[in-house]
Amino acid sequence: MSSVRELYQQVILDHNKSPRNFHAMEDATRHVEGYNPLCGDHYTVFLKLIGEFIQDVSFTGAGCAISKASASVMSSMVKGKTRAEAEALFHDFHTLVTGGTTGNGQVERLGKLAAFAGVSEYPARVKCASLAWHTLRAALEGDASAVSTE
Amino acid sequence: MQTLEQLAVQEMLDRFNAVKACRHHFPLLRQRVNGKPLVYLDNAATSQKPQVVIDAVMRYYEEENSNIHRGVHFLSERATQAYEGARTKVQRFLNAGEQREIIFVRGTTEGINLVAHSYGRRHVGPGDEVLISAMEHHSNIVPWQILCEERGAALRVIPINDAGELVMNDYARMLTPRTKIVALVHVSNALGTVNPVKRLISMAHAKNIPVLIDGAQAVPHMRVDVRDLDADFYAFSAHKVFGPTGIGVLYGKEALLEAMPPYQGGGDMIKSVTFEKTLYNDLPYKFEAGTPNIEGTIGLGAAIDYINTLDVDGIAAFEHDLLRYATDAVLQVPGLRIIGTAKEKAAVLSFVMEGIHPHDIGTILDDEGIAIRTGHHCAQPVMQRFGVPATARASFAFYNTREEVDVLVSALQKVREVLS
Repeated sequence: MSSVRELYQQVILDHNKSPRNFHAMEDATRHVEGYNPLCGDHYTVFLKLIGEFIQDVSFTGAGCAISKASASVMSSMVKGKTRAEAEALFHDFHTLVTGGTTGNGQVERLGKLAAFAGVSEYPARVKCASLAWHTLRAALEGDASAVSTE
Repeated sequence: MQTLEQLAVQEMLDRFNAVKACRHHFPLLRQRVNGKPLVYLDNAATSQKPQVVIDAVMRYYEEENSNIHRGVHFLSERATQAYEGARTKVQRFLNAGEQREIIFVRGTTEGINLVAHSYGRRHVGPGDEVLISAMEHHSNIVPWQILCEERGAALRVIPINDAGELVMNDYARMLTPRTKIVALVHVSNALGTVNPVKRLISMAHAKNIPVLIDGAQAVPHMRVDVRDLDADFYAFSAHKVFGPTGIGVLYGKEALLEAMPPYQGGGDMIKSVTFEKTLYNDLPYKFEAGTPNIEGTIGLGAAIDYINTLDVDGIAAFEHDLLRYATDAVLQVPGLRIIGTAKEKAAVLSFVMEGIHPHDIGTILDDEGIAIRTGHHCAQPVMQRFGVPATARASFAFYNTREEVDVLVSALQKVREVLS
């Protein structure tokens, strides 16, 4: 299989075509914009945060297949998790896409996020895969200013 | 016996074959990328360099390296001669009247900044206007924005039509007594549009307004004669015309340059310095503070020597033919739309594909060994005008071939397969 097919795995293609939680959230407790000026990827992540608990996540915006699929998978993965669990997932995901070694148990935790393993072969695309996550973290930290990956 | 028409066709084929034979002058093009022969279609970002340019830069460091305009020793004399020799080559290349009208700068961007800073600050005041177009590169927008903000002036923008051409009636209307300078691109990097700069300049001159032309994308594709165009300022970058990065040229009419204050202060731009008063040097040195990019200048000189060995008109015809071939070919890809369909176009193909982001196109093409540019091409207002976040752009040079266009098209088909 060529590396480009490894990059564009079925999970990514599916989430790009039919993104989950792809809508604005009227009763969001927080929302933050994320922007990648290099390629124009632009998303807003909405959160309903009850204490430490992420009750709901959604997003709107546009960008490449990698960034959109990443936002979609992220939203379905962190929904119902605690802030600390989401942070741990981000850490594992970041290690995965930047080509670091994943430790014991991480692969299981990653679940569908493992589909993004191919990104590590494409350094220029790491920002695409990470944009929604950086935006989520900013929202979790209560930073209302827009996030830029530059 | 051959008819005249057959002779003309034969002559054109011969000239095209001569152009194609030049590809081997560019060593980088021989490499493979991701196991496939490199197809380099990012020439609007930067061109590849012929061996003679690479050799000239090497030779400078092996045999001539020394600072210029300073030493009385042998090497300094040689380096100075090589540096000033490059200025003479540029002067002839642009058909400028005087060597002192050729200012060496880092690139087109610095050339524009120099004019905005030096000419602009002196001539643009509160209530005045600077006129640019909707197809400018950021480098011909931001320096003027900074100037306008500082001076309380207004930046006015000539609109473009759906083909990516300037709306001439609007341009005529926007030339007013408040307009203090017009700054326009010769060839659009994002759309490929070739602007009718000679006419645009004469329209501005009819109202005594000077014109700066951003020639970064024009010089690689056509002969530029600054006196025929009657341009007041003309800027280009060496690296887009087969020379090194970090060196470029600002041409300015002598009378304008003479009246302008220096852009930067330092060594080489002075005649004498005391703490009370400094006497500035004559043109062009007044605008060349500090030790310049000597290797780059020599490389640019070598690039111009190289271009002078080529059949420039044959190249223009060849590129035109290649653009037409590529345009027809990519339009066979379902869902592909070309952004920038001006009647007069340089060999630049900007396009989008339905439901597929340009970045994904770029990654899949790279896997096939094809280098294109994806993104906003430092022309975000152009993207906004056409309602797209970004485009994919294939830009050609004379060393590209129809076979490479075929590789591009089959890779675009693969993009659809992979992402569907």
